[in-house]
Amino acid sequence: MTANPDLAAAIAVTRFGLGARPGEIERARSDPRGFLLAQIRSGGAGQPQPGAPTSGQRLAEFGAYQAERKEAKADGDPKSDPVKMAAKLLRDDTGVDFLARARFAATTDDGFAERWALFWANHFTVSAGKIATATLVGPFEQEAIRPHVFGRFEDLLVASSGHPAMLLYLDQTASVGPDSPLAQRAARGGKSAGLNENLAREIMELHTVGVEAGYSQADVTEFARAMTGWSIGRPGHPEEPQGFMFRPFAHEPGARTIMGRTYAEDGQAQARAVMTDLAASPHTARHLATKIGRHFVSDDPPPALTDRLARAYLASNGRLDAVAKALVNSPEAWSPTAAKFKTPYEFLVSSWRAADTAPDAVQPMAQNMNAMGQKPFSAPSPKGWPEEAAAWCAPDAVIKRMAWSEGFAGGAVAGRDPTMLADNALGARLSPLASRTIARAETRSEGLSILLMSPEFQRR
Amino acid sequence: MTRDLTRRHALMAAAGLGVTVEFLGSRAWADSDGAIAGKKLVVVICRGGLDGLSLSPPVGDPAYAALRGPIAIPSFGEAGGALQLDHTFGLHPAMEATHALALKGQARIAPAVATPDRERSHFEAQDVLESGAAVVYGTSSGWLNRSLEAMGPPGKVKAISVGPTAPLILRGRMEAASWSPGGASQTDHRLPAILQDLYANDPLLGPALASGLATEGMSKVALADAAMSEPTMTPASWPMGGQADAGGAVLRPVLQKGLPQSRKLGATLAGFMTQPAGSQVAAVSIDGFDTHANQGAAEGQLAARLAYLDAFLDGLATGLGPAWSDTVVVVATEFGRTARVNGTKGTDHGTGSTALVLGGGLKRGGIVGDWPTLAQARLFENRDTAPTVDMRGLFKGVLRDHLGVEQAALDGVVFPGSGGVTPVRGLV
Repeated sequence: MTANPDLAAAIAVTRFGLGARPGEIERARSDPRGFLLAQIRSGGAGQPQPGAPTSGQRLAEFGAYQAERKEAKADGDPKSDPVKMAAKLLRDDTGVDFLARARFAATTDDGFAERWALFWANHFTVSAGKIATATLVGPFEQEAIRPHVFGRFEDLLVASSGHPAMLLYLDQTASVGPDSPLAQRAARGGKSAGLNENLAREIMELHTVGVEAGYSQADVTEFARAMTGWSIGRPGHPEEPQGFMFRPFAHEPGARTIMGRTYAEDGQAQARAVMTDLAASPHTARHLATKIGRHFVSDDPPPALTDRLARAYLASNGRLDAVAKALVNSPEAWSPTAAKFKTPYEFLVSSWRAADTAPDAVQPMAQNMNAMGQKPFSAPSPKGWPEEAAAWCAPDAVIKRMAWSEGFAGGAVAGRDPTMLADNALGARLSPLASRTIARAETRSEGLSILLMSPEFQRR
Repeated sequence: MTRDLTRRHALMAAAGLGVTVEFLGSRAWADSDGAIAGKKLVVVICRGGLDGLSLSPPVGDPAYAALRGPIAIPSFGEAGGALQLDHTFGLHPAMEATHALALKGQARIAPAVATPDRERSHFEAQDVLESGAAVVYGTSSGWLNRSLEAMGPPGKVKAISVGPTAPLILRGRMEAASWSPGGASQTDHRLPAILQDLYANDPLLGPALASGLATEGMSKVALADAAMSEPTMTPASWPMGGQADAGGAVLRPVLQKGLPQSRKLGATLAGFMTQPAGSQVAAVSIDGFDTHANQGAAEGQLAARLAYLDAFLDGLATGLGPAWSDTVVVVATEFGRTARVNGTKGTDHGTGSTALVLGGGLKRGGIVGDWPTLAQARLFENRDTAPTVDMRGLFKGVLRDHLGVEQAALDGVVFPGSGGVTPVRGLV
């Protein structure tokens, strides 16, 4: 850890956390490391919306919408207003969830815990590209991610892989074993039903061992067969659970061999057993350690850090609180150089925190995020949002950030002294050049714009 | 502040008035040498794994209809049938404008192309497609960026990417502009100058801001049509715009709104490329091609994305006007999809797919490369269209014959270690 306590406090709050609110760096100053360790709690990360609708409620709403749509179609009027209104309600739900999350990020005292939760939400990306998953992204983070981020990785993996949002997003719900009773019945009725390997592949490639593990197409197909039956209750069928449901008749019978290990036929538990082994793999430890280092420290994380985090993972049997503590205790993570370029969401959140404000409407926030390349809840692929500075620091994106800063600063500065806001936001990380430039600004609002666009504020 | 501030102030003000172009244009074409002056290249990357068997359905292949079942494109002349190219191939019925170009000899298909990657991972395959390396993580810059280096000193041939983030294909040592609709017209002209001073020693933000400001100035000209200065991305700024719902059906009202926007995007890019000192090279990404479930046939999810692609190409070709005859457009994807329909009326990750080559100056000819057929014994791993053309060979052919890049540079630098991959001949 860096010897200078002022710099360490600024790093704790702006690099590990989500950016400083006024007074926050001062609070971290006496014990920057302890400030972060205190946020690692067995109950997981905070919830942006206590008492928010569950995925079960959202699935039921979606079932009602589908029924209405079907009815309207049968009436020969596919664009009738009730359907449009229902679709709009679903969209509004998604907006409410995103706004709640953004407001939480802007105001929480546990910035490190929230960043840690956002990291795992991105690791297990569910994108809002489909109507069915859009309203489930919020509940997914609430139910599958946040409770487990300081617990066992295996629990997080199973919670994610069995959540209706993930099952729908990666097409698992309709994957049917080719030799299952369901497929045979479908064939007799002249219909076809079969395998969809999307989720199985991404669990291996993105969520656990990674491509470096050297598995084959046959391993992916075998895991997809083991996963068959992992599905959800049909929306609009109250006799089925509005959430995860194992469908034994869709499950491919028989033993499976995946990455050299054989798994006996065991229904739902067969895929579960594969997940246990995937979570325990040293490949998974390295894959996760590299990603954590890349997110928190540098696009090109120091090998010593990766080793340290992977060791902490394996020594604790995959406990994420142990990995979080190892990260805080790694000297490499406290390097004085701020190597990470903020994503648009990180930039907006840290701007709100610096100005001690929070967004109060989805629009124009969503439109601004879209312009900067990060459409809310809509990562471009299951890989999630990119980490690399090169992806976010395109010329156009910088122009968009500049335009947003000017618009935001005008309203947010509210008569305050921008040099004081700069000291509060960056502490010892504020460079003499930026400090001088802000002091010479023509207006308070211009001073705040310069702070937000300064090289040190754009990085962490 | 430095002493340059006044001069830069003037520049910023000029950018605001749209007169920047004259300043930038002073060294525009004069120093481009004869061979490649005016030649343009646009690379369109369709992300997610575009199903070549739907883009250019081989309806005349005896195995096609059975493999594809409910997602087969009907044959020529049938309702929703393929738009005929030859006895075997057609184009998807949503590709009307591209088909019209093909009839004039200005669009061709390469129906069995693949990168050297065989892992069927989106992310690895996109990395290989864009980096130009033979293996994943082979290089961290893009082949299109390295090809600029081979065309001359920095700044000689300008390049632009469309979209708010920089794609790997154009990342690297040579500076490239980027642009997306939405503009920064609110920006007063003081802040950019102040930030340029603040970024003087910043290797990332400094060049990005300078390039962004120059492009902003040019966009005022490219967007000459006043209607275009509306933020064209607004309707899609919230999840679900133009996407499929859980049942796979397309939200038609959104889709219909999307087509004029897509055409406009193509026309705007053409505007960037036709003005003096405009970009000669461009990269564009279109996503949403990962059709694992309910991909549809003549209509549906994939049809909507293809219509979007077609409208973009139409806008680009029309917008380029006379410059179309000096332009080559290549549409490529990271991999194709399984030859057989899967259990959820979609297709999983595969290998060979179709690339499109378009341009006003194309040589006439049939399909590019051999067609391996879909006979079971010919499928790659009994699963995918077997590739007969290395994607790098296709790009090498275009770079050599259209933009005059030396073979040695192509073999060693642009596509490292690709000496064994022959450039595709006879495209232009």
